[in-house]
Amino acid sequence: MRAEQISVFLENKAGRLAEVTAILGEAGVNIRALAVADTSDFGVLRLIVDDNAKAVASLKNHGFTVSKTDVVAVEVEDRPGGLHRILGILHKAEINVEYMYAFVQHSGKNAVMIFRIDNIADAVKILQENSVTVIDGDKVYTL
Amino acid sequence: MILDIGFETMPREDLEAIILRRLKTTIDRVYSNIPFYRKKFEENNLSPNDIQSLEDLKRIPFTTKKDLRDNYPFGMFAVPMETVVRIHASSGTTGKPTVVGYTARDVNTWAELMARSLAAGGATREDIIHNAYGYGLFTGGLGIHYGAEKLGASVIPVSGGNTKRQIVIMKDFGPTILTATPSYALHLAEVAEEMGVSFKDLKFKYGIFGAEPWSEKMREEIERKLNLIAVDIYGLSEVIGPGVAIECHEAKRGLHIFEDHFIPEIIDPVSGEVLPYGETGELVFTTITKEAFPVIRYRTRDITSLNPEPCICGRTHIRMNRVSGRTDDMLIIRGVNVFPSQIESVLMEMDAAEPHYQLVVDREDNLDTMTVLLEVGESLFSDEVKHLQNREKKIATNIKDYLGVSARVKLVEPKTIARSEGKAVRVIDNRKI
Ligand SMILES: [Zn+2]
Repeated sequence: MRAEQISVFLENKAGRLAEVTAILGEAGVNIRALAVADTSDFGVLRLIVDDNAKAVASLKNHGFTVSKTDVVAVEVEDRPGGLHRILGILHKAEINVEYMYAFVQHSGKNAVMIFRIDNIADAVKILQENSVTVIDGDKVYTL
Repeated sequence: MILDIGFETMPREDLEAIILRRLKTTIDRVYSNIPFYRKKFEENNLSPNDIQSLEDLKRIPFTTKKDLRDNYPFGMFAVPMETVVRIHASSGTTGKPTVVGYTARDVNTWAELMARSLAAGGATREDIIHNAYGYGLFTGGLGIHYGAEKLGASVIPVSGGNTKRQIVIMKDFGPTILTATPSYALHLAEVAEEMGVSFKDLKFKYGIFGAEPWSEKMREEIERKLNLIAVDIYGLSEVIGPGVAIECHEAKRGLHIFEDHFIPEIIDPVSGEVLPYGETGELVFTTITKEAFPVIRYRTRDITSLNPEPCICGRTHIRMNRVSGRTDDMLIIRGVNVFPSQIESVLMEMDAAEPHYQLVVDREDNLDTMTVLLEVGESLFSDEVKHLQNREKKIATNIKDYLGVSARVKLVEPKTIARSEGKAVRVIDNRKI
């Protein structure tokens, strides 16, 4: 049930993000979701793409520091309180969300959110018990 | 193996008596034979008779590389040229070369110390030594060579370069000891791999590496890739050449200095004050047996510390720690002496990989500031910003704790720190002083 996210270290200066998107574009890699977390000096770019191996290889070739992290993709009802309900479930189970970001594409009429959670197995179980749809890793890349 | 049990394991008290006797003889000789030293003594109202204890050595002024250059080429020789049998010179990358001479007895002393060194590093007379140090004006090649012959081992004088042929010789002749600079050792490993030769199939047992600074990480890498036990050797031509100090393969923790021939001191490079054991500073040597080219309190510009703890190998000679840098690289930040190598040690503790870093020093509102730029490699990286920020903070705290200076730490992308001939430029000093 887990999906793989690629993280890239970026210095906080003009043009670095565009550099990454250009490299991925040239490599024929399609970006499915993207989020940047930054400080005044540096940022971490998080990506869900359709071809992890190709993306990692092309970024490393261009000298970027890249890592892979397991995350979960969860369907969120596209209505007020949709996200709140899911966070509530996780909070009650004492599962800590390190960060999250939205997916570009919808799954049917639901939005899709990416969650970075330390204990993925427990989180998936709890979410499913509460009839929240967790999207299969394989499907996330081609949504 | 300890080659010279008598001298190498001598009780400290007996050793110190011999050191003092030899020091006095040397002082008398340089005073009578070398105008430079006589003048220095006279300027400081000193006479050779004032040196009555090892403590008194402190009263004598230092000798520097500049002093040697000012007396180029033979002004620091203590004997007439007819008794000099060998001349070596250091490369003159930063000015005139330094020229050193040896009498027949000096050549023999050097060979004995190199034989002791090879033995401490694991060699015996049964071994075949592949000597990949350069032969020529540089003391490395010939120093090891004479020591190997003195030990009775078989030496292959392969010198540096022509690496592919070296690999073939290693395969065909089966040498058991490798002597080279540590960087050349790693180069040999790379070329062997390209040629499809595995060091596992070669016969090497020990490697003796020196003539440039290297790290514990490099030792691990060399031992793994070359399948041998690696020890550190230290020397410089101004003192004698390789064979001033050697690590024993039993402990591999610091290099025993052959104190029956050389007196080491550690000084504060700015004040010149002698520092106690354990403190880091500039290494200073006085030779006490050399005839042609004695030096008194010669400042090596190498940064290290001394360790008087007894060693498991049984040698009683004091150990110097691995040379961690050069005084030329020293920075003074708000009055505190800072060596880039000290920052490097802090960084090494934080990360599994060799750190790529640069120190940028500025002066803002009359205050010195130091920024440590650190390239983020895979082992340091995290997808969580707070982990990266914690690392920055931890490094800054450790620098403050160990060095007593505040530094700002800034993480940068790989390969963004300027490199010159493959080596990172470690310091950018923007202060206009
Ligand atoms: Zn020892």
